[in-house]
Amino acid sequence: MTATTGAAPPVAARRGAFRILPAIELAVLALLLVVPFLLADRPELITLLTNVVILSLLALSFDLCWGFSGIMSFGQALFFGVAGYGVALVGRDLEFSQLWATLPLAMLAGGALAALLAAFLLLGRKAPTSIFVAFGTLTGAYAAERLVAGWQYVGAGNGLSAIKLMAFGEYEFVEGLDFYAVALTALVLVYAASRTLVRSQLGLVLAGIRQNEERLAFFGYRVQVFKAVVFSLAGMVAGLSGALYGYHQGFTGPSNLGPGLSTTAVIYCLFGGSGTLIGPVLGTVAIEVLSYVLADIDAIRQFWPVLLGVVLLVVVTFQPTGLLGLAVSARERIGTYGARKAAR
Amino acid sequence: MALLQVSGVTKTYGPLKALDGVDLEVEAGSFHGLIGPNGSGKSTLLKAIAGAHFPTTGRILFDGGDITTMPPYQRARRGLSLKFQITSVLTELSVYDNVLLALQATEGYGALFRSRSRARLDGEVMAALERFRLAGRADDLAGELSHGEQQWLEIAMALAPRPKLLLLDEPTGGMSPEERRVTGELLAPIRRHCALVIVEHDLDFIKNICDRLTMLDQGRVLGTGSVAEIEGDARVQEIYTRRV
Ligand SMILES: Nc1ncnc2c1ncn2[C@@H]1O[C@H](COP(=O)(O)OP(=O)(O)OP(=O)(O)O)[C@@H](O)[C@H]1O
Ligand SMILES: [Mg+2]
Repeated sequence: MTATTGAAPPVAARRGAFRILPAIELAVLALLLVVPFLLADRPELITLLTNVVILSLLALSFDLCWGFSGIMSFGQALFFGVAGYGVALVGRDLEFSQLWATLPLAMLAGGALAALLAAFLLLGRKAPTSIFVAFGTLTGAYAAERLVAGWQYVGAGNGLSAIKLMAFGEYEFVEGLDFYAVALTALVLVYAASRTLVRSQLGLVLAGIRQNEERLAFFGYRVQVFKAVVFSLAGMVAGLSGALYGYHQGFTGPSNLGPGLSTTAVIYCLFGGSGTLIGPVLGTVAIEVLSYVLADIDAIRQFWPVLLGVVLLVVVTFQPTGLLGLAVSARERIGTYGARKAAR
Repeated sequence: MALLQVSGVTKTYGPLKALDGVDLEVEAGSFHGLIGPNGSGKSTLLKAIAGAHFPTTGRILFDGGDITTMPPYQRARRGLSLKFQITSVLTELSVYDNVLLALQATEGYGALFRSRSRARLDGEVMAALERFRLAGRADDLAGELSHGEQQWLEIAMALAPRPKLLLLDEPTGGMSPEERRVTGELLAPIRRHCALVIVEHDLDFIKNICDRLTMLDQGRVLGTGSVAEIEGDARVQEIYTRRV
């Protein structure tokens, strides 16, 4: 997962070393705050950026699973899609779309579904292999996609369109800067919480699990329960992402909860750099912006997906630590836990 | 009653009997050595006590309770700690974090999330590192330590939560004679609060620190007794001369 540590610099050099991850995090935040104002007269780009921010949440949920806890989830779209269908149905049947209620409920639905899946996949009598978990989550997403594609009540193959607009009191959010502000707020809050989590003493347990989960059991940790907790939290994040996505697009369909989108989330994360939190955000930005730009160039309009595919393949196979791995040292990626520096 | 009581434990792998009706008793605070030729079942026995696998038949009692089929995390919480034959410190974590990880295992999820015990445990982490001469390397990655130092770190981790019984499988494997001597010195004082079951090929080392020895051969107990008794046992001598 992480690079070998043989070439780490000596301790003395390392202690005062410039930490680049926080700088990258700040830069990304600044960009996400400033760029929309520069694009105020290009509504289609605001829409693109809003999508990117929402999908970053999905990629982040995968990073919590794989990058931080070693859970190979190929089913993050399941929680995303169910939340999307959830807000669509609540809007249609109950004519309710107040974000202060629907967004938390979407998180709860995503989390509960993930907890249920974790109970089957992780909490059995024997510790599961990652292949088993990968197949289990993949199958869950596939089955869900087939299920809704054949279910008239939820629009079957056509999905649900004209989703009731997300509202706060009387105010309704259409595509644009206001919606972007809501999405960005969600991303910043989730990011801050995730950052606290992975750098806490709980994050240390996860780091241990990722490296040698069998050893951790002999210290007294209930390894599979830790994994189930993180998987459920990640399900909540995916649920939030799915609800926002449904409201933003005004549409949700079977492919929003299948293996295709689940795999896309995996690629966002690996491309940007897993196990870093900011990596999946960067990966989502890079891939979505690249797709947009490539699709807009006349000369390659016909075959841009091929180009994109090759770029992804090269990065994911030759740069296992993703784009971020180019800038961030292995030692910094590993990090410290529980505010060590402050304590001494 | 003894702290650890293994009775009639058998472990079969297909046709192979890795353990064959093994009995073993370890009193609180005593150091017990397990010796025997390669493949005699020493590691298999330690793993059965630790819960890495369950015996095919037989019973294991620890601190008054039956732990025969208890999952490892529960055994750890009852005061059982170990270092397996293969060193398994977490090489991509700092030396400090390795010990912290061993110490914070009983904290709740919320407390871990809020990093509540971090400052309180700092003293214990550093004391454990100091005891094993690793304090100066707290910020290094465990993977950067020499093989001998990794073994010390692992013993430090195993001892940090103050277990009642420590299981060590070849802790001096790959160590220099000097490192070996130091290891013996580092282990001696734990007797005050912890019993030890130790597997070692180095007979001089084990003779020096243990009160009692058990000799295994082909999964069976050949003899148990004081160091002098086992040394004097003709069958033990025969096997050791055959082997060397
Ligand atoms: N998982 C396993 N599957 C099959 N056979 C095994 C397994 N583990 C151990 N054995 C066999 O059980 C016997 C006892 O092995 P064990 O590792 O306990 O020996 P040991 O006394 O620790 O030897 P050494 O001194 O070489 O470490 C050996 O014959 C070994 O090949
Ligand atoms: Mg062995």
